[in-house]
Amino acid sequence: MKVASEELVSLRDVWVHYDNVAILEGINLSIEQGDFLGIIGPNGGGKTTLLKVILGLVQPSRGEVTVLGGAPEQNRKFIGYVAQHILFDHDFPISVWDVVLMGRNGKLGLIKRPSDDDKRLALKALEIVEMLDYKSRQIGRLSGGEQQRVFIARALVAEPKMLLLDEPTTGVDTHMQAEFYELLARLKHKMPIVLISHDISAVSIHVDKIACLNHQLYYHGSKEIGPEILEATYKCPVQMIAHGVPHRVLKEH
Amino acid sequence: MLEALQYDFMRNALTAGVLASVACGIVGVYVVVKRIVFISGGIAHASFGGIGLGYFLGINPVLGALFFAVASALGMGLVSRRTRLPEDTAIGVFWVVGMALGILFVGLTPGYAPGLFTYLFGNILTVPGADLIIMLFLNVIIIVVVLSLYKEFLAISFDEEFSTVVGIPTERLYLLLLCLVALTVVVLIRVVGVILVIALLTIPAAAAKQFTYNLGKMMFLSVLFGIISVLCGLCLSYELDLASGATIVLFSVVLFLISFGFKRLCNRKHGLSLPPQ
Repeated sequence: MKVASEELVSLRDVWVHYDNVAILEGINLSIEQGDFLGIIGPNGGGKTTLLKVILGLVQPSRGEVTVLGGAPEQNRKFIGYVAQHILFDHDFPISVWDVVLMGRNGKLGLIKRPSDDDKRLALKALEIVEMLDYKSRQIGRLSGGEQQRVFIARALVAEPKMLLLDEPTTGVDTHMQAEFYELLARLKHKMPIVLISHDISAVSIHVDKIACLNHQLYYHGSKEIGPEILEATYKCPVQMIAHGVPHRVLKEH
Repeated sequence: MLEALQYDFMRNALTAGVLASVACGIVGVYVVVKRIVFISGGIAHASFGGIGLGYFLGINPVLGALFFAVASALGMGLVSRRTRLPEDTAIGVFWVVGMALGILFVGLTPGYAPGLFTYLFGNILTVPGADLIIMLFLNVIIIVVVLSLYKEFLAISFDEEFSTVVGIPTERLYLLLLCLVALTVVVLIRVVGVILVIALLTIPAAAAKQFTYNLGKMMFLSVLFGIISVLCGLCLSYELDLASGATIVLFSVVLFLISFGFKRLCNRKHGLSLPPQ
């Protein structure tokens, strides 16, 4: 018997237009407790827009978005958000510790300084991502992968109800990518994780569910996606990917 | 030079210099790290409209400047956030409208405008006692706001999008920061003039950035560099009879070049060139 899962985020018939061009068309999506979802699709297909709609940073022109039973603008602070981060100023005067503590700003409110409790949570978050030794280092002095882990810690420190990651492995070498997915595997038992990536192979190995997005959502469910779905998503014949991948990922053809 | 300290105008000049350095040292740090140099230049030049208005209405031009500076700060901030107009276009428009209105108002004022040159190019030696009170008051506001909202300003300087998501009022804080820039512009007008205000808002902070990765220390150093520039620039202009505002600014540039050169030498010694890729 299937137990009804708690729905954290729901998108119903969501359309987003920019200058009369439809970036998202009729999106129906439900993110539930226990999900580890990968959203894949070509660049320009609306992946980042979808994420921004969930976070209330972009308003849909049609349809309804619900986050934790309420409006995205109200409840987005319960989402741990890790953006596709590109550090513009490598010399920005901020340490790893200060970046992570920044995640507590919403809980603290204005003017209040971080308490011992907040600092304890920051230490714990740094421990989870294995960056505790780097806490005094200036953020620009870290590699791409290390910076990414700091931003994940920053998202975790607010004790979020789910994680939302945008292209988290950009600029991270393959060795570090494996470690990164291992970290996510440890976290997925605590909260649903939604991951956006154009890297089909890496995503498909590690996540439990896949959605394919190219203005429309072509598939949302388990990982068994056939070539027709991928072709519809990517609008070009896709070569079957097989690199030590478990058979259940892609249907044999 | 020391014998000059017996004069009122000299003591006023030094006080004005220190007050200006505190304001520009603190706010300049945000201008540099958040990369709002251009919009700060826009606020500075737009404030000239207020100076003209002050002449026209017969009130202290500094108060007119305060009004125009805050109005243009809010105007530029809101236009770039709420409309599709690119930020630099908005800045360009406010910048020139302010300047042009200032010139118009001065032209409409009967008689001639005493001290107009001072507002444009600064003359730290002619700062009246009344203006020092205004400068002190503005400094207190700046210090109180920055101390209270330190973590918020750090957050919005580093990552506005994340700050919005976690729930801090990012837009309002950004507008408040621009208002602090406006207040600093007014503090600096008498010292270096509208045209060169942007120099003290950026150069001491840029020099301080070479020495530290801590925002608080950067503010402290920035204030120190501001004070050194003002004092040395003032000395030099007194001894050699040079325009004080310009001398102060050039001195700050020399300090910056020394800091930048020193940092590059240190990097080379430690084998660092570009940041890790």
